[in-house]
Amino acid sequence: MSTAARRRREIWGQLRLIGKEPMLLVAIIGIFYFLLIFVAFPIFQVIKTSVVMEGRLNLSNYLAVFSAQYYFQPFLNSMFLGVCTACIGTFIGFVFAYGITRTPLPAKRFFRMTATFPIISPPFVVALAAILLFGRSGALTPLVEKVIGEYSIYGLGGLILVETIAYSPTAFLVLFGVLQAIDPALEEAAMDLGASRGKVFATVTLPLAVPGLASAWLLVFIQSLADFGNPVVISGNYRVLSVQAFLQITGMYDLSRGSTLAILLLIPTVTAFFLQKYWVSRKSYVTVTGKPTGASIKNLEWYIKLPVYALCVLFTAAVFLFYGMVLYGSFQRLWGVDATLTLQNYLQTFRVGKDYIVDSLTLSTIATPLTGILGMFIAFLIIRKKFLGRGLMEFVSMLTFAVPGTVVGIGYILAFNQRSSLFPFVLTGTAAIIVLLLIFRNMPVGIRSGIAALQQIDPSIEEASTDLGAGSATTFRKITLPMIAPAFFSGLVYSFVKAMTAISAIIFVVSGKWNLITVAVLGFVDNSQYAQAAAMSLILIFIVLAALGIIQYLVGRIGRGVRAVTVVS
Amino acid sequence: MKEDYLVLQDLVKIFGGGDQAVTAVDHVSIQVREGELVTLLGPSGCGKTTTLRMIAGFELPTSGEILIDGEPIKSVPPNQRPTTMVFQNYALFPHMTVKQNIAYGLKIHRQAKESIEKRTGEVMRLVGLTGLGDRPPAQLSGGQQQRVSLARSLIMEPKVLLLDEPLSNLDAKLRVATRLEIRKLQQRVGITSVYVTHDQEEAMTLSDRVVIMHRGRIQQVGTPAAIYAHPVNRFVADFIGKANFLEGKVASLQAEDMLELEIMGRRVPAPRAGASFSVGQRVLLVVRPESVELGAKAADALCGTVRESVYLGSQMMYEVEADHTVVSVEIANPQEHTLFKRGEEVSLHFQTRSLHVLPFEEAE
Repeated sequence: MSTAARRRREIWGQLRLIGKEPMLLVAIIGIFYFLLIFVAFPIFQVIKTSVVMEGRLNLSNYLAVFSAQYYFQPFLNSMFLGVCTACIGTFIGFVFAYGITRTPLPAKRFFRMTATFPIISPPFVVALAAILLFGRSGALTPLVEKVIGEYSIYGLGGLILVETIAYSPTAFLVLFGVLQAIDPALEEAAMDLGASRGKVFATVTLPLAVPGLASAWLLVFIQSLADFGNPVVISGNYRVLSVQAFLQITGMYDLSRGSTLAILLLIPTVTAFFLQKYWVSRKSYVTVTGKPTGASIKNLEWYIKLPVYALCVLFTAAVFLFYGMVLYGSFQRLWGVDATLTLQNYLQTFRVGKDYIVDSLTLSTIATPLTGILGMFIAFLIIRKKFLGRGLMEFVSMLTFAVPGTVVGIGYILAFNQRSSLFPFVLTGTAAIIVLLLIFRNMPVGIRSGIAALQQIDPSIEEASTDLGAGSATTFRKITLPMIAPAFFSGLVYSFVKAMTAISAIIFVVSGKWNLITVAVLGFVDNSQYAQAAAMSLILIFIVLAALGIIQYLVGRIGRGVRAVTVVS
Repeated sequence: MKEDYLVLQDLVKIFGGGDQAVTAVDHVSIQVREGELVTLLGPSGCGKTTTLRMIAGFELPTSGEILIDGEPIKSVPPNQRPTTMVFQNYALFPHMTVKQNIAYGLKIHRQAKESIEKRTGEVMRLVGLTGLGDRPPAQLSGGQQQRVSLARSLIMEPKVLLLDEPLSNLDAKLRVATRLEIRKLQQRVGITSVYVTHDQEEAMTLSDRVVIMHRGRIQQVGTPAAIYAHPVNRFVADFIGKANFLEGKVASLQAEDMLELEIMGRRVPAPRAGASFSVGQRVLLVVRPESVELGAKAADALCGTVRESVYLGSQMMYEVEADHTVVSVEIANPQEHTLFKRGEEVSLHFQTRSLHVLPFEEAE
């Protein structure tokens, strides 16, 4: 029998089996439809808008990329900013991860929590803090001016500073996982064979961490490029792609030029994403087993400890300084004029911003469980079921992770402000468009954590259930779901945090009727009402922290029984 | 008793495609009688587990058909097949108690509460788990987990019970005890079973019949005794029990189903066992270590030098080098025999009826 004929027969066999489980078939088709409409279609619309003018194919936008300054200057600026942030961020992340996994640094828990704090805060809060600290009437501005003379926080320097603080934690998390998974026995073996501490680091630790470093670098690069919240606050005359695309569309109503800028932003981020996913991660030496190793080296030389500790303390201090400044600023009567402490900002924020808070909470609360369930279900299908187009499903559902929010936001207004044969509803201005955007943007992380959790569960446990007569749906509900509950809830936490702090894509689809806290903060910043912006940001951070606490408490109660016994498999 | 209760018809399973295609199961046909326990035995990668998973429905055959009680089940999804499986790692549901694990299948089939309760109790008594019903599986020993897994499958009263190396995670002593228990249980319940293992001793103790597989193909099917006494080829002889392979050729055909072989320059009589040989044909003489006797050096016998001697209490193990070939010898109950030391010259005597002759094959 030829290979082709055999494949045909096997595909037939799979189809016949799926045909026996109609619910599964319906679910697969349904998910493909949703992915097509809410992931692929919007991106397609952006591409189409950039190349079709007055109903005809017109590549003039792209032909102008190298000649028109409004295209290539933001492109170069974004790339340069991304490279700088990625280099500095990866360095800080690595030193921090080394400090926590390999040195006897005291108060590791404290350092770890502080280092990851920026991840759960809204992206632009760091930029806001930078203005409060180093802006025209910043708290530290006189001091800094005495040292380096006149300067402006608005521009490349300020951007690198705030993005480093905002995105080093990403690099830290990646490298922390990698370093923790490197068996310390390898380093001990090298030392045992006569290598000095420096040699061990250069010949064992660092080479093993190289794929992790590349991964971290690319992820920070992507985040910096896709960042909208910080540049829109602090970029000044340094024009970057995400902000320019936003201004073209909401300021100039030039959809064509805005879309082209979005595509220019899309190309490097997607390239970096696939480099990270398919090339770098394949070179990885360590498989993250989740098995922590007690790796810290007891008698480390001072010349290693000192700089590592210094950098950890410095970065942690910076995080404290920035967020502390937002806290302090939120109590000042009028920023830069009247420093009397007052609660008036909070009262005013509640009065003016109550609707924003209610909207943000409502929409996030609707989107979060839907994101979690859909993400888990897709992860389950990808890992455990054989069906035609499984690879395609994984690819498309991961796509939004790589696509900058700006591109997605533009795509959503282009795709859903009119009826199409694919989707016969207009969504612009509704709550639905915001919820859908939140779901499909935050789903990839849910899918990823679901995939990781499922891969740790022996498939024979699910087979045992099928073997005893349960169908796919029953097995998923009664066996799989309870076992992946911890991953499910951490996916929920993530999508809630992201939903509450989203800005880059969401800013395109908000409307007078439905508005969000993050957009309100940007409004305050725009009006130079920094104290109010700070107060609103803190309320947002407080809500996120409270939600984290509640979900963690619930996981602790539900998940305890589950986690205690997963050792069996 | 139905002769062909479970039938595998010309099963083929090919994994991958193009250059990487691997034929895991290669035209396998087996018939299992009702109430019989058949073992699929072979080294890892021989296709035995794939065959079992095709019966369970977790793998789709590339071609061929599977019939249970006369009904083709190839296109029946695993949850609707009348089979249940005991998994190698037990695959117990970690978030359910022992009782919930065992009752799971009945609950799925929407049985009445009282009957579930009753049957669960019965099965737990049957496998000796009474009193452990409310524990989570993580709190049980390996042997107990194994019995939960068995109980969970048995309670469904499947037409065919599938066991995938169920003892491989137990320690040696428990393994021996449990395999006898499984055999007794299987005979008491009278359930048709297919058992996969790579442990030949396990296969010998448990099975009505053994199917020996190698590289996806069936090598031999038969009772443990038949396979041990009359292996069809070198692989089977080597895999089942220990064997010495002595090269030689047929010197003459004798009456009464006997041959005379020329081995190491000596004439050795051997049974023909129904196979046909021609004079001058190259053959392998399969000599089990326990069918060799040692004696003092003698001029008219095959002689050799003791290279190794190991005393094991119940038996004595020798390695004797004769004519550049090392022959393993096992003497049961050493107290009753003359013992030889390393370096001593001895004569070797084969017990004729235990010998087996194969056409010549190179060692792999």
